[in-house]
Amino acid sequence: MRALQEKAKELLESGKVGVIIGYGNGSGERVRPVFVRNSADVAKLVSDNRCRLNLSTYLFKPELKKIGRPAIVAAPATVKSIIQLISENQLKSSDVVTLVVEDDAVVELGDNASLEAYSASHPVVFPPFARKEIETIAGMSLQERFKYWQDELSRCFKCYACRAACPLCYCERCITDNNRPQWVCVPSHAQGNFEWHMNRAMHLAGRCIECGSCTIACPVGIPIGLLTIEASRIVEQEFGFRPGLRCDAPSALSSFKVDDKESFIV
Amino acid sequence: MTFITRDNLLVFLRSIIDSGKELYAPQLRAEKIFFLPVKDVSSVVFDYVQTVESPKELLFPKVERMLSYHYVDGKMNVTDCSRGQKTADRVLFGSRPCDAIGLKTLAEFFRQDIPDTFVQRRQDSLTVVSMSCAGSDENCFCTSVGAGPGDSTGSDVLLTPVRDKRYLVECLTEKGKFLVESEKELFDEGEEINKEEYLTKLLQTFSHKEIAGKLSGAFNNPIWDEASLRCLGCGACAYVCPVCSCFDIQDEGNSRKGDRLRCWDSCGFALFTLHTSGHNPRPTQSTRWRQRVMHKFSYMPERYNLLGCVGCGRCSRACPADMNLKEELNALDHILEEGRQRVEERQ
Amino acid sequence: MRIEKVTEEAPGVKTFRLDFTDDSDRERFAFGAGQFGEYSVFGEGESTFCIASSPTRKDYIECTFREAGRVTSALARMEAGEVIGFRGPYGNIFPLEEWKGKNLLFIAGGIALPPMRCVIWNALDMRDWFKDITILYGARTVDDLVYKHELDEWGKRTDMKLVTTVDPGGETADWKGKIGFVPTVLEQMSPTSSNTVAIVCGPPVMIKFTFPVLEKFGFDSEMIYTTLENRMKCGVGKCGRCNVGSVYVCKDGPVFTYRQLQSLPPEY
Repeated sequence: MRALQEKAKELLESGKVGVIIGYGNGSGERVRPVFVRNSADVAKLVSDNRCRLNLSTYLFKPELKKIGRPAIVAAPATVKSIIQLISENQLKSSDVVTLVVEDDAVVELGDNASLEAYSASHPVVFPPFARKEIETIAGMSLQERFKYWQDELSRCFKCYACRAACPLCYCERCITDNNRPQWVCVPSHAQGNFEWHMNRAMHLAGRCIECGSCTIACPVGIPIGLLTIEASRIVEQEFGFRPGLRCDAPSALSSFKVDDKESFIV
Repeated sequence: MTFITRDNLLVFLRSIIDSGKELYAPQLRAEKIFFLPVKDVSSVVFDYVQTVESPKELLFPKVERMLSYHYVDGKMNVTDCSRGQKTADRVLFGSRPCDAIGLKTLAEFFRQDIPDTFVQRRQDSLTVVSMSCAGSDENCFCTSVGAGPGDSTGSDVLLTPVRDKRYLVECLTEKGKFLVESEKELFDEGEEINKEEYLTKLLQTFSHKEIAGKLSGAFNNPIWDEASLRCLGCGACAYVCPVCSCFDIQDEGNSRKGDRLRCWDSCGFALFTLHTSGHNPRPTQSTRWRQRVMHKFSYMPERYNLLGCVGCGRCSRACPADMNLKEELNALDHILEEGRQRVEERQ
Repeated sequence: MRIEKVTEEAPGVKTFRLDFTDDSDRERFAFGAGQFGEYSVFGEGESTFCIASSPTRKDYIECTFREAGRVTSALARMEAGEVIGFRGPYGNIFPLEEWKGKNLLFIAGGIALPPMRCVIWNALDMRDWFKDITILYGARTVDDLVYKHELDEWGKRTDMKLVTTVDPGGETADWKGKIGFVPTVLEQMSPTSSNTVAIVCGPPVMIKFTFPVLEKFGFDSEMIYTTLENRMKCGVGKCGRCNVGSVYVCKDGPVFTYRQLQSLPPEY
């Protein structure tokens, strides 16, 4: 933690960055996103296993962009999301200073190569409950699975916290915001909830880097990350593609290769 | 004073279900507590601070059909859903005092000017049996908004946990008396006790009346920018709030058959105030955060003499970015007070 | 209500003349100038427009709208004889009773003439209540002027004065009116403020520059009226969209004095 605070101080004082996006102590035992602009405030930064929300979603917030070039305190999943965003032309590695904390040492990942090297050597460790849930659901029949999601999604009230917390949901005008046509029903009845979550899973297939922020953000405790993770795993199985590894990777579902298999249509 | 034991309370809840009423009570789901319909009274939980969602759904559901239309034989038939259908009799058990005040405030808001029949009908057929708070957490602040852990406003019956799994029972309205008297052998008379001793101690950290006064000059204050930096603009806070009532109206169906629905909406969403021309009176998260606080603590009191917050702390608990309303209001109070003192010194 | 007549006012702008399908509704219905309604197309939704006709004309109401979003596009596809929904009247009214014996100065821009048309015709239909009536109306181009037939009619009347203008560059070869932005032309007119009520409606930028001109000529902020536009849905002050400060534009407005506007946060 000390090393992080020292590094933050150095970056701010040298003018290399205008703001550090990191974690600080919040209400009770929680941590919260903090935005440190003065070296006097670096003591606010913390780094421990409570720091799980993926902060790269803040890289697109207009009010923060105005402050200046950011540095971001990154967990392995955050690094992967930054790589994925670079591959989708939403960011350049020079737009943000990525800081990773390991055993109280801080490493600055300043270019595509170092980001990729870090990502390759740090597989995402998704919380144990999720792996167990995925296995359990995989063992269910289709009807059982549908019932499981009907139950879980009945609590959804379309607050879109999952979308807000996800760094890969960066569309300025989300599909749900369109009403010509109304692709996704607005109300949070069963159909509206299914439409939203299925849409989101499809839009994240091959892009979800498994940070779990959507699940952390969901106020009613729906393990919503399971859908997007599973969609990405299917893409990996079928197309051999994993997101968050290469800054120049093509998009899995919207790139065409001559040798793409067509066994499902031919 | 009247009391009831935990065991008899469960029998009482059972009898409510058996009488044909719908019972809603706190139950465990996905490691959190929700107000849910009760089938088996043994699933009702007692040992927790607060539920995730407020009980406002019982007056103001997430999705409500207002009318349905059907074009038949050259004529458009419109069914007005605010008429005719009787609402089921319901009992809400385990709401906190803050929740009961929230329900009362919400219903009062919907009664203003043109009264809302949907909400009124549901309130008329709802009996509120609340549970005082023996515990609280760092997000609670009911005592700063004119309420308290044992406040009886808005409840028909208020229970307070005392020693040995026993509860003090206060019947506050005719509805409450009617419900209790229907099973009066489950209740017993006992000694006078001081209810305050059994309630959690919650320090008042600000005064909502003083804040309202200070807020009226705070519109252009830069505090809103700083406070809203981490707000992600989702609707979680508005949806878990007992008093938030903003809604959207959506048609579902086609031009010949369908429904006109009312569903929850939030002033925190960027599109809430967006004009079709593209002009948005609240274009930044900061302006929307300001609206949330000003509406609850300044505009609603000014317009309707109703406070838009009950201090339940749900918004803070639900927020993925840990926006803590109690903390923000204390900070606001402090900053505005400093500003006010500086102005006075200058004069 | 049934669409009795469709008029193309300007590119993308239409006026509907509507009549009730139910006689008892027509008998019971009454409204004041300034009020609005929620016009609906089942399956698409509702849209908010002011009632653009005067309450003195009893057998119909009119509304004018620009095709811009989902509901207005659905409305724009409709023809005379078709039925749409109507909810209203909502909102407050222009206080014509209080204006008796005064001069009236109407200032409007572009698509903002419709919310004023109701009160203009209302005033003209009760002509002897008022002293001088002047209308200043401008649009970006000649094509964008709405109610062209009525502009002709108003121009010919001897009991009122009409000044029309288009933005510089918006004139055609045979344009006989003025050329200039509305606030500029207003200034050139040197309006008298004594015993005069000014009623202003226009796009935000026009309003922003018009109020100072009126103040310069001595208009008190209590004697300047406007009608506000804001995103509305329920029309009855419940859904929260049009909430500005402690006021709801749909309930406490849309008619406001400039004095009232000044005490509101600028969120409209």
